[in-house]
Amino acid sequence: MNSYAVIIIIIIYLAMLFYIAFLAEKKRQSKWVNNPYVYTLSLAVYCSAWTYYGSVGIAANSGIHFLPIYLGPVIAAPLWIVVLRKIIRISKQHKISSIADFISLRYGNNRFLGALVTVICLFGTLPYISLQLKAVSETFEIISGDNSYVSTTVIDDSTFYIALLLAIFAAFFGTQNTDASEKHKGIVATVALESMLKLLFFLAIGTYITFYLFDGTSDIYEKISVTDNFKELTTLGKVEDGFNWFFMIALSFMVVFLLPRQFQVAVLENNREKHLKKAIWLFPLYLLLFNIFVIFIAWAGKLTFGSTENAEYYTLLLPLEYGNTFLATLVFLGGFSAVISMVVVSTLALSTMVSNNLVIPYGFLDKFIKNQPERNSKYIKTIRRVSIFTIIIAAYFFYVIFSKALSLYSIGLISFVIISQLAPSFFIGLYWNRGSSKGAIIGMIVGFCIAIYTLVLPFTLEAYTGTDDFRQYGLMGIEALKPYALFGIDFLSPPAHAFFWSITFNLFSYLMFSLMSKGNYRERNYAEMFVDSKNFTNLQDNALVWKGEAYVADIKNVLARFLGEKRANRALKIFFTKYKLSQDTQLADARLINFSEKLLTGSIGSASAKILIASVVKEEQISLVEVLKILEESKENIVSNKVLLEKSNELSQLTSQLKEANEELIDKDKQKDEFLDTVAHELKTPITGIRAAAEVILDDEEMPKEIKVQFLKNILQDSDRLGRLIKNILDFEKLETGGLHLDLQPQDIQKTIGKAIASVSQIASKKEVLIVNNNMHPFVINYDEDRILQVLTNLLSNAIKFCETKTGKIIVDYKIGNQVVEISVADNGKGIPEEDFIYIFDKFYQSKNQNTRKPEGSGLGLAITKQIVEKHKGKIWAKKDIKNGATLVFTIPFE
Amino acid sequence: MTKKILIVDDEPNIVMSLEYTFKKQGFEVFIARDGSEALEILKDHTPNVVLLDIMMPNVDGYQTLTFIKESESLKHIKVVFLTAKNKASDVEKGLKLGADKYLTKPFSVKKIVSEILELVT
Repeated sequence: MNSYAVIIIIIIYLAMLFYIAFLAEKKRQSKWVNNPYVYTLSLAVYCSAWTYYGSVGIAANSGIHFLPIYLGPVIAAPLWIVVLRKIIRISKQHKISSIADFISLRYGNNRFLGALVTVICLFGTLPYISLQLKAVSETFEIISGDNSYVSTTVIDDSTFYIALLLAIFAAFFGTQNTDASEKHKGIVATVALESMLKLLFFLAIGTYITFYLFDGTSDIYEKISVTDNFKELTTLGKVEDGFNWFFMIALSFMVVFLLPRQFQVAVLENNREKHLKKAIWLFPLYLLLFNIFVIFIAWAGKLTFGSTENAEYYTLLLPLEYGNTFLATLVFLGGFSAVISMVVVSTLALSTMVSNNLVIPYGFLDKFIKNQPERNSKYIKTIRRVSIFTIIIAAYFFYVIFSKALSLYSIGLISFVIISQLAPSFFIGLYWNRGSSKGAIIGMIVGFCIAIYTLVLPFTLEAYTGTDDFRQYGLMGIEALKPYALFGIDFLSPPAHAFFWSITFNLFSYLMFSLMSKGNYRERNYAEMFVDSKNFTNLQDNALVWKGEAYVADIKNVLARFLGEKRANRALKIFFTKYKLSQDTQLADARLINFSEKLLTGSIGSASAKILIASVVKEEQISLVEVLKILEESKENIVSNKVLLEKSNELSQLTSQLKEANEELIDKDKQKDEFLDTVAHELKTPITGIRAAAEVILDDEEMPKEIKVQFLKNILQDSDRLGRLIKNILDFEKLETGGLHLDLQPQDIQKTIGKAIASVSQIASKKEVLIVNNNMHPFVINYDEDRILQVLTNLLSNAIKFCETKTGKIIVDYKIGNQVVEISVADNGKGIPEEDFIYIFDKFYQSKNQNTRKPEGSGLGLAITKQIVEKHKGKIWAKKDIKNGATLVFTIPFE
Repeated sequence: MTKKILIVDDEPNIVMSLEYTFKKQGFEVFIARDGSEALEILKDHTPNVVLLDIMMPNVDGYQTLTFIKESESLKHIKVVFLTAKNKASDVEKGLKLGADKYLTKPFSVKKIVSEILELVT
């Protein structure tokens, strides 16, 4: 294909990406941009040109060794739900804008550490970006069939222009906001799209080669299995290979967290924590799909070309060999997609680090303090843009000088090993509060130096001096210092070897110096916050321990320089409202200091934010002991606050219970008063009668005898009444207070009814009222006969009371229901007025419809009856809707 | 002139003692067992004094008193409450309604007689 045609395709493709990014930025809230699939696909920025082309190269030359690089992330993915979530939470809280920011904040806003991480990331990423440029350049040559032409100057190298275009894209969509912790939806959307395209195109070429050019996987296998050295390519070999695999898996496991571009998409661009849940299985699936055809493409390439062509580009060469230019173009675009997303995200992440952790804290802070807010924000953006261009151009020159001679795979691994130097301070720092900045710095420097010595130096020296003396004989000819076999470990592959030694020394330095150094109070403060991130959400602004003197006005000034007057005012207002402080508070407290630092962190990085705020406050040094004490106290406060809250809830519950009980008591008290009142009244009546009669007899000696007898009879009658009354009151009290115990015995209810009727037969016959016992069948259940007799007698006497003389008729009946005996006493008297239904069982209630003017009863009869029935766990009620008379029913349950 | 008294109470034993005593004192005695019977009697007779219980079925003492005191032809009749309700608030209520005296049960028959005589002579 004509190289101009390829350029046109590239430009159209880039234009499309620009458009998509633009759309995504415009519709930031749309669910097309904010969903777990976009998040997962953006994570696939992990698969760069290295994956796209390099894997096939490795598969062709050394078999399945391409796999560990993907197995690490697959193993890491399930852990994301724990580790990554913690990182995301902390980052969101503190408006972290890069991994350098994250690590420097963990070790107390350490400016030097932030810069060191940035430098390591630069060293680790520049070759990586150059790798991508190399891939673009080489594939461009292949697709345009322009093998002969070798560019001699920058000006006519198409790769340079492509690099520039990528820089423009990254600069345009990467620096929309001054606050680098803001999301870059445009870039994420294009990355997701590219991830989808590169996978699709790769699967397409894989299918084409395996099933169209060849006759399926078994065909390729049969053909390749007869070639030489096939066995070596498909088996793991000896124990040494096992070690290699282990270290490579460990390496990729770590870097999938640490690579600046992975940190960017996985942590900083994460919208919702719950997206992680989908990503932990979808991302491994993506990697699996990507690797399905690798080995077959590699074999197919080997079968077709032997070892004449660069195996890394089999995917491109195979369709071209068979004249399928279209498919080759797709493959080229897929690889180009992988390149763009990697380059753009990496430069974005790096430029933020360079500006926030290198340039601003080490050079521009003083200038910013003097500047106007608009200019500051412009400056920050300019610094980032310049960084982006510088990084890409530097990567280009790295490519021109070094990468041309190296394979994609080896450059990728160099990057990985360098980046992995962040691992000890990053991972251990998350869970170990003793990890100190001194340990982190020394560990990183030591590890970095070893990685350079064992991995980078050999090939650079070789490139410069043209001899491999260094590699062969070691530094100054010392055997133990051979870069690929340090201290005699000679069985590992160079990257695994470099990784092993660098990370070992790094880890030991980190642990040792952490244990040895005390660390300053600020550092320990952040360490506690990171490690204890469960309490973290509770602590928030309170978590920073700070002592000193600062004026709100000064802090506001600093904020205004970076955020603008309006945003600064608004932020402070929100802060004051949140903590219920007066809006014109003068002195700043630790919370405001922490709050302000966080606000600035997004724009200028955590280290600079700390320096800036420190410039306007007078901070007092606090001893570590004090910090720990304060932290302990604030933790205790939270705990005791929790306890207090629980207690107060308990108390208010108790209070309402007390209130209820009190109301009940008042009610009971009132009832008791009424009861006593009524009892007194009832007792007074017979006493009055007795007293009056006695007085009359006593005062009148000439009283005729028959009158005297009548008076004496009256006295007797009233005395009986008094006795009955007292007995009933006592009964009732006993029942009401639960003092009465039932004597439950098997009894025949039929017999009890008979006895009750017999006991009232005298009054009934006097009034000529007929009592009918309807159900003559015996039925034995458990109850207290004396008490049930009392119930029946009460009901019968009541019925007799309400019946007319001579025409009165009472029917007693019982039936067996569902585990209850239901006994009814029905009369044909005046009935119960409807308004009385609910009162008839109240004590001292006396119906208006009573026949005799003053009842014989005490007014307690039905109340006692009810108590007895309820003691038997039965119920008593008056039947409603009775045509004439009243029917009272009660039940006794039985097992 | 013979004094007339109307005794209104639903306790026959108490009524019997009072009736006997007042008759001996030379009163003409009328008996009613509740307020409605009392009002019935008051249609035909005009006693000098009414001895009135409060807690009675149908028409109670308060209602009876109100009726008497609101009737032009009856309001000159002296009304004496004789009741077991002896709380200060009850007494106050009774006197406020227009009762001439408020006596409580249990009582001394002699005392009742002297109180009534005081009212009607």
